Amino acid sequence: MTERRPKVVFEGLSKSFPQKSGVRLSVLEDVDLTVEEGELICLLGPSGCGKSTLLNIAGGFEAPTSGSVSIDGVKVDAPHPRRVFVFQEFGIFPWASVWDNVVLGIRALPGEQQTEIAQGVIDLVGLTGFERTYPMALSGGMKQRVEVARALAVSPDVIYMDEPFGALDSLTRLTMRSELIRIWEERRPTILFVTHDVDEAVQLAERVVVFSARPGRIAGEVPIDLPHPRDLGSPEYGSVKNRLYELLGVSHLI
Amino acid sequence: MIGPLLVLATAAVGLHLSQRLRSGAQTWVSPICVAAVLFALWDLACEVSETRIFPTPLDSWHAFWEIVESERLWGDVVASLFRVTWGFLLAAGIGIPLGLVVGWSTRAFWSLNPIIQGLRPISPIAWIPIAILWFGIGDGAGIFLIFLASFFPVTVGTTSAVQNISLVHQRSAMNFGVSGIDLFRRVVLPAALPQIITSLRIALGVAWLVIVAAEMVGMDSGLGYLINDARNAGSRYDLVVATMIVIGVIGIVLDLLIRRLEHFDEVRWGYVKR
Ligand SMILES: Nc1ncnc2c1ncn2[C@@H]1O[C@H](COP(=O)(O)OP(=O)(O)O)[C@@H](O)[C@H]1O
Ligand SMILES: [Mg+2]
Repeated sequence: MTERRPKVVFEGLSKSFPQKSGVRLSVLEDVDLTVEEGELICLLGPSGCGKSTLLNIAGGFEAPTSGSVSIDGVKVDAPHPRRVFVFQEFGIFPWASVWDNVVLGIRALPGEQQTEIAQGVIDLVGLTGFERTYPMALSGGMKQRVEVARALAVSPDVIYMDEPFGALDSLTRLTMRSELIRIWEERRPTILFVTHDVDEAVQLAERVVVFSARPGRIAGEVPIDLPHPRDLGSPEYGSVKNRLYELLGVSHLI
Repeated sequence: MIGPLLVLATAAVGLHLSQRLRSGAQTWVSPICVAAVLFALWDLACEVSETRIFPTPLDSWHAFWEIVESERLWGDVVASLFRVTWGFLLAAGIGIPLGLVVGWSTRAFWSLNPIIQGLRPISPIAWIPIAILWFGIGDGAGIFLIFLASFFPVTVGTTSAVQNISLVHQRSAMNFGVSGIDLFRRVVLPAALPQIITSLRIALGVAWLVIVAAEMVGMDSGLGYLINDARNAGSRYDLVVATMIVIGVIGIVLDLLIRRLEHFDEVRWGYVKR
């Protein structure tokens, strides 16, 4: 692999929430992680281990209790229009057409340029012909494509994806994963992809970072240095999966 | 006696047979049969009790044509609708922007919400003396009362609509740097619109209830006044009932009209169950 620049750097990041009882709930403890530019990294961990919290902090929506996140060497303290979130629940606006959703992030550009970019990303995610449709009339998978298109329109340099395909049926989920890989290979944004699904991590990531149960700490990481498209039946993946399950502390043999 | 019993029997048979109709036709046939049953029972009750004062359905029908032909009805319908329209528009024009601000800004909420909540439980009817004191007997007082009747549902509904905007949508807006006026135009208003429309619908319903009461007490025209006048001028209960039915029908029409707002693509998402 060629030498890449560090892009998103977590340093000693901890987060705890106040509780009614007075005792603070520690959600993340001492997370150190460097994500490289253009990397597709998966953050894998059991539900409730703080993955969304980590991503929200990186996105500038929440502040860490201690430690910091910096991007390109600058500390993150607010959301940034070119570092875009793809939400776990649907974040597109149901009151706006596909087109109006997609142009949200590029609304300040001149009309011609807007049209060109929006049409480009709509075609890229396979929604050509649905520009005037409202989200209500779209399937779950199509809504998630709109959200991806809206993110891509701003030519993001970082994309945060929080279990973006979790609400989709298993077939649509597979399609969306290969679409994501296709788009990532074409545009090479840095992607932080959160999931609790081992197969998903193995199919997508260049590197998987495994978190322990709450409070989330990094339990280990597994590089997956294999080209796409990947054959999940091959023996290499078997051993990667075993390693991930081991780090998660569960047995996948039932 | 034969007439109503015959209607009753026919309606019962019709109701029974309607079960076999397509569901589209059933939605028409069943309510018509039920209405026929109610009218027949009403008529029977009048005959059995041998009342001299309470009108039969037929009496009321004649009374209806009487006020239509004397052109009395139109003047009163227009008077009531005029007051409701202006009071309601005024309430929407002030209540929606106020609700948006109170819902969005915590400071505005803390300072204004207690006052709004304190005035809200006071029935608009209780304001009638003050309305007459300020505006005299006439349209001004009516518009003011309708304004009060619709202002609180609209303001409170809009406030809670804004407070219920989902975190994901707020964060989407933040993420793409939407702020200031743009934020209101692109996110806050459209996100709140379905619930705002619901509150307008409630407000219009209340306004229509209140205008009749207000006109009975403190005005010299309108459908409420017509009812009062009919009773005072020789206990014309046939006119009273005819007017009541007119009030009901106009109420339904108003509701159907305002419900059309719910069909636009921009707000339909807010009414589907998820
Ligand atoms: N704003 C908050 N206030 C209090 N507790 C929170 C808050 N956000 C998350 N938590 C708690 O932090 C833990 C981790 O949540 P989350 O980051 O959503 O986990 P994950 O995404 O890995 O499932 C959960 O126990 C959750 O209840
Ligand atoms: Mg989560």
